[in-house]
Amino acid sequence: MITLTINGREVKATEGSTILEAARESGIEIPTLCYHEALEPYGSCRLCVVELATPRGPRLVASCVYPAEEGALVKTDSEMVQSSRRVTAELLLAAAPNARVIRELANKLGVKEPRISLGDSNCILCGLCVRACREIVGANAISLVNRGFTKEVRPPFEIGSNACIGCTTCVFICPTGAIKLEDVLANRSVHRWASAFEARACKICGDHYLAPEFVAEVGQPLEETGV
Amino acid sequence: MTMVRTPEELESLKEELLAAREPDQPRVSVCCGTGCRVHGSMEVIEAFRQEIDKRNLNGDVSVVGTGCHGFCEKGPVVVLKPSGVFYQRVGLGDVSEIVSETVLNGAVIDRLTYVDPASGARVIHEEDVPFYRKQQRLVLDLNGDIDPTSIQDYLAFGGYGALSKALRQMRPEEVVEEVTRSGLRGRGGAGFPTGVKWRLCREADGDTKYIICNADEGDPGAYMDRSIMEGNPHRVVEGMIIGAWAIGAHEGYVYIRNEYPLAVENLRIAIGQARDYGFLGQDILGSGFDFSIQIRPGSGAFVCGEETALMASIEDRVGEPRPRPPYPAQSGLWGKPTNINNVETWANVPIIVDRGAEWYSQVGTDQSKGTKIFSVVGNINNTGLVEVPMGTTLSEIVYDIGGGVPGGKECKAVQLGGPSGGCVPREHFDVPIDFESLQELGAIMGSGGMVVCDEDTCMVEFARYFMDFVQQESCGKCVPCRLGTRAMLEVLTAITQGRGREGDVAYLEELAKQIRESSLCGLGQTAPNPVLSTIRYFRDEYEAHIRDKHCPAHVCRALIHYSVDAEKCTGCGRCLRNCPAEAISGAKKEPHTIDQEKCIKCGSCYELCKFDAIVVE
Repeated sequence: MITLTINGREVKATEGSTILEAARESGIEIPTLCYHEALEPYGSCRLCVVELATPRGPRLVASCVYPAEEGALVKTDSEMVQSSRRVTAELLLAAAPNARVIRELANKLGVKEPRISLGDSNCILCGLCVRACREIVGANAISLVNRGFTKEVRPPFEIGSNACIGCTTCVFICPTGAIKLEDVLANRSVHRWASAFEARACKICGDHYLAPEFVAEVGQPLEETGV
Repeated sequence: MTMVRTPEELESLKEELLAAREPDQPRVSVCCGTGCRVHGSMEVIEAFRQEIDKRNLNGDVSVVGTGCHGFCEKGPVVVLKPSGVFYQRVGLGDVSEIVSETVLNGAVIDRLTYVDPASGARVIHEEDVPFYRKQQRLVLDLNGDIDPTSIQDYLAFGGYGALSKALRQMRPEEVVEEVTRSGLRGRGGAGFPTGVKWRLCREADGDTKYIICNADEGDPGAYMDRSIMEGNPHRVVEGMIIGAWAIGAHEGYVYIRNEYPLAVENLRIAIGQARDYGFLGQDILGSGFDFSIQIRPGSGAFVCGEETALMASIEDRVGEPRPRPPYPAQSGLWGKPTNINNVETWANVPIIVDRGAEWYSQVGTDQSKGTKIFSVVGNINNTGLVEVPMGTTLSEIVYDIGGGVPGGKECKAVQLGGPSGGCVPREHFDVPIDFESLQELGAIMGSGGMVVCDEDTCMVEFARYFMDFVQQESCGKCVPCRLGTRAMLEVLTAITQGRGREGDVAYLEELAKQIRESSLCGLGQTAPNPVLSTIRYFRDEYEAHIRDKHCPAHVCRALIHYSVDAEKCTGCGRCLRNCPAEAISGAKKEPHTIDQEKCIKCGSCYELCKFDAIVVE
């Protein structure tokens, strides 16, 4: 165990944990968007920034990726942190004004109207869908493509990919509802990735529920349960 | 082909090569760097070869195509050795005359010599050209002498001697110590002490270690590293082998942008030759040390010059930076301890090992040792590559070496460090340049790109250009960089289009502060610098745009209009005939007028008028 100080309070943490993990274990809340405990931290949304004391003065670090170090002095709620989060939230609001999670977050941080407009897309490029597809599902069906303001999440070559198994993990992990799942009888589609499947029907109730590609991937155990 | 197995064999090979060279034999050295190639140097060198052939002078006169001499403004550049007669802007029609007059008769052809614009005097010899006189060429010293595709040329000038010394006379720790004592700091921009970096990687746990040469030079207007690789690739290779020995790495990578075809080619040739001669491969010079180098061409992403994105790209992953720590010295390429230096840094290493840390550390200032290569571009008379000791002032570079600003205009500022750097205004031109002094001025050394701005440069538009560049080149991973730089671009664009509002400058400053503090990597953390430094030194220009809807430099089209000075207009009709928008009317020999509705503000009337009758406000 190591000891660090967060907001003036001494906090114990397991060696190798991040500042975010150390804070949350001690009940200290830090807002996050691109973080998910089931996935490798990515450090892209910068909402989880905290103030870390260094020999060269205080600096902001992303707590989801920064290691909790012995003796570290951390502030999660200072003016430096707050003003950074406000600008980040304002930028997100400027780019995704209709995403509920962003509006709520901005509101919580005291950001009313963004001073600028940067489009209207619900995808905030947090990368959760891409990482879940790669790290949990193992399908690697989608990726972040392009750079800068033109960056987006796409299937390879803009066409439906055989790699997609229709598991819909991306749909459920997306914090802004930017990935829509459409189920019409047996037709299951994720339009964003141009993926379409003919869903299997339940042997008992007849409802369509799973893409066969997904069943094939998940494999035998599910078959044996007889659902 | 000669395999060199021991230091003694290297020494005798060098002697042999030197003996075969006749120092007094006439040599025609033609610059074949990219700049001179654009001006036609490949045709010129071919013409020299044919001329020599035609006159049966083969064996008496040699022709060598070298790397960049630096004086790109005056290309193609030809230097005649051993006399050192310097000819500029040499065309195909000059070749025969140069051979008959200068090579064979020793006569100087006046029209091809350089005229010093300051004194009006003709300069005959290369070393007397003011552009070269104030330079101290340590890294670029051989660029004008050797054929970069010939390892024999490099060996004859003592090449791979430093490697032999390091491998056979020094322990790896001593090499690290030597580099540390030399005071060499990373030439890629941040100026981290190279020896310290090497030690961290050397002492890191792990048997497998890598070294990388960062040749992804991408700042607009910067071409120092390209010219080193094009002109003397063996020095980079030699530096890397010495570094690998010091650090304990057996594999090295050169990550080079594929937009540099000549540099890639010359480096490929150099690595192949070094392998053939036994400087790469197994048991190098009988030391028992093995090392190999691979080239990895980059695909055009500026962000891949950032070390973690660069390593991701080498690993065949998307070129996105990742958070540090862990630092590359702890966990770099494929999770192994890795040392990354840029081209110019590696090229300094053989010099340090060869001449010693004491000698090297006498060049430069207290905190910044050695020389620095700058590519001086923009509104400058002598566009080119300049190598000067650290501590040289901007005024020496811009005026003494660069020959000042064309058209007798005033120099307004110099942008250093490209899109990550800042501008230094004229009033600070006398500050000796080193890593610290530039930081104090709000600029950075950067990799050495130097863009000179004359009085007609709009600093708001200038800042907007760099912001446009970084927002396009941002990898888009983190919010402050992806959206913050875009927001800054939107605000800057609005200002230059006359839509600026009160409070815009404060908003830019607020965005800049947050982007610097919270971005994931160096690209974002430094992206606001050009805006911040132009606000610092040219706030009045921002205010003029916003408050008075006026562009003091008459650059921003939305804020200027052209009109005719009826007193001066002779009614010649030149502007009328050439106006692409047909916005000018008027009878012959009567003053013309410009229809502001139709005018597209292209400025062609202003450029064309012989009577200064077009007024821009």
